[in-house]
Amino acid sequence: MTGLPPLPIHGYLTVSALLFAIGLFGVFVKRNAIAVLLGVELMLNAANLNFVAFWRYGGAARMEGQVFAVVVITVAAAEVAIALAIVLNIYRRFKTVNVDQINLMKG
Amino acid sequence: MLGGFELYLIPGLPLLAFLLIAAFALQPKAERAAPAFIISALLGSLLLSIQAFASTAGKRPFSISLPWLSVGSITLHVGVLLDHLSGVMLIVVSAVSLLVQIYSIGYMRGEIGYGRYFAYMSLFCGSMLGLVISDNLVQTYIFWELVGICSYLLIGFWYRRPAAAAAAKKAFVVTRFGDLGFLTALLILSFQRHQVFGFDQLQHLVTAGRIAPAVVTAVALLIFSGAVGKSAQFPLHIWLPDAMEGPTPVSALIHAATMVAAGVYLVARAYFFFTPPALFVVALIGALTCFLAATMGVAENDIKRVLAYSTISQLGLMMLGLGVGGYAAGVFHLTTHAFFKALLFLTAGSVIHAVHANNIWQMGGLGRRMPITALTCLVGALALAGVFPLSGFWSKDEILTATWFSRLPGHSLFFLAALGGVVLTAFYMFRLWFVTFTGEPRTDEAAHAHESPLVMTLPLLAFALLAAVAGGLKARVPWTAVGFAELLHLEGQREVVSPVVIALSLLAAFAGIGLAWAAYRAGLVSSAAFNSRFPAVYQLLKNAWYFNRGWELFATRVVIAGSSLAAWFDRHIVNGMVDGVAWLSGWASRRLRVTQTGQLQFYALVLIAGLIAGLVVVFGREESLLSLLVGGP
Repeated sequence: MTGLPPLPIHGYLTVSALLFAIGLFGVFVKRNAIAVLLGVELMLNAANLNFVAFWRYGGAARMEGQVFAVVVITVAAAEVAIALAIVLNIYRRFKTVNVDQINLMKG
Repeated sequence: MLGGFELYLIPGLPLLAFLLIAAFALQPKAERAAPAFIISALLGSLLLSIQAFASTAGKRPFSISLPWLSVGSITLHVGVLLDHLSGVMLIVVSAVSLLVQIYSIGYMRGEIGYGRYFAYMSLFCGSMLGLVISDNLVQTYIFWELVGICSYLLIGFWYRRPAAAAAAKKAFVVTRFGDLGFLTALLILSFQRHQVFGFDQLQHLVTAGRIAPAVVTAVALLIFSGAVGKSAQFPLHIWLPDAMEGPTPVSALIHAATMVAAGVYLVARAYFFFTPPALFVVALIGALTCFLAATMGVAENDIKRVLAYSTISQLGLMMLGLGVGGYAAGVFHLTTHAFFKALLFLTAGSVIHAVHANNIWQMGGLGRRMPITALTCLVGALALAGVFPLSGFWSKDEILTATWFSRLPGHSLFFLAALGGVVLTAFYMFRLWFVTFTGEPRTDEAAHAHESPLVMTLPLLAFALLAAVAGGLKARVPWTAVGFAELLHLEGQREVVSPVVIALSLLAAFAGIGLAWAAYRAGLVSSAAFNSRFPAVYQLLKNAWYFNRGWELFATRVVIAGSSLAAWFDRHIVNGMVDGVAWLSGWASRRLRVTQTGQLQFYALVLIAGLIAGLVVVFGREESLLSLLVGGP
């Protein structure tokens, strides 16, 4: 806790918002399913950053912020496991992970 | 007075016999037991009926009514009503049924379906007795339909014969026209404020003026339309001659003595509904039927069909009696007619049994070979023609008297129609008798005919006795001190004797008999000459006034035209609406499916856009969020 003056909460929130926007952008524009998943991970971590920042600058005596971040990490791990399994099956079925070419649901 | 619940046994015993026969006596090996069930049941019913009548004679009506089922505010009852009318009818029905069943043992011997025959017969007898004894209109209607279905089953007893199957269907469909009216009457009553169907309650309401007179007349006419169907009145009479395809005992019991008389009974039972306009319609239809059917009988050669036309005509006469206010006269004629017409049918059956033909011109000279049949038939014919002192004379005379003194408009025309009916009745009846029983045999079978067995001739003798003496009821009814008319006494009933009417009716009867004797026995007048002189008249009568043709045209033209219109409406309007809904949703989904791109990222975009839109809607007004978005606190 020396050297640099403590950053105001805006800094953390700005970084978090940028991170979320980058993740969202990735989800929208990447063709590769794996890259789409990476975007989702970025968005989740943006949320985690917010949790921790609000915990640090808010009521530090309570632990909800940290606990929630851990929960999100856990859920994210589970989600990725399932998502990768799906992607693997998609690849086996279509021989591609390009989400543009997977449009069986087209009405 | 009986405890009352024995009354339920009167229709109950034959119905039980029906179940027992259906369960145990349908197989060819067990069939011989079937008559035992029905005859013992009917014997029980007859004894109970007599006991019931004896206990009620001269007393007030007695009824029991048990609630059966409640629908909304309407409660239907199962009940019995015992008064003089139903008491007389019960005895008539059970006595005629019993004798006809005994006769059937001989007549139906060796037929395929012997057990089935007696099963249907028991069902019929039970239903008919239930109809007679029921104390409310709904119950009457149920039994009314039951006797109708029994009639259908028994007309079509020889269902392998196409003619029998067609006749059964015709009887069922034609009577349905009338029954529709009866059902409508019930519906109208159920929409009245009181929602009751019991005869005594209805009578109370009608006499107290608590039901609108127009409604009363409408109900009366609708009930009468049911009676027109069942009692084969003009213009729905066409089914009865065809119904002769059934076995002859069936014709005797159902299509002469009991079921067809149910229409007359119903009118008598619901007499309080019949306002003067309704009575006029009843009298008009009755007189018309009486005369028309009698003319049809004149040119008919089938022995049973002659009797069928005669039955229609006589039922018309009963209706006329009821219509002109001769309530007791109509019911009296119903009673005597049941005896002598059942007798005539059974003698016809005996002849058919011996000759194996229905055409009277294939008979002849049977009087010497079948003396009992010929003699009893003569008794029946005399009674039907109305010759003193046989039963028909008394009852027919009462109806003529009631018509003569009636105050209805046009009653003198009705009287003439009835008198014409009497002449024609005597004529066709003795034409039948002379051609069948006198002269020389016209076929080998007629020449070798034998008298029927005792089990058939005994009922004939019993019926002949009843037909001969039933007129005595006019003077005094057993178990009572009064005559028939007084027993069924209604307010305003006048007891009159008119020598003029008696003379006219006897004259008419003897004129008819004399004409028949001159034409078919003595050969003084040639019917062939008449037919060639007036071919149009002969053809008209031979074809029964072309009523069948008329109804056929009605069915093929009017009904088909109406139903094709309805079919067009169904196909294009009703179906069109349903198809329109389907087309609309198809059209809408074709428009909406463009949103389903199949692109995962498009879905994600929509998801996020929706989330943002939702957030803006929910929090858009709040300062903090706005300031946060716009930049800094």
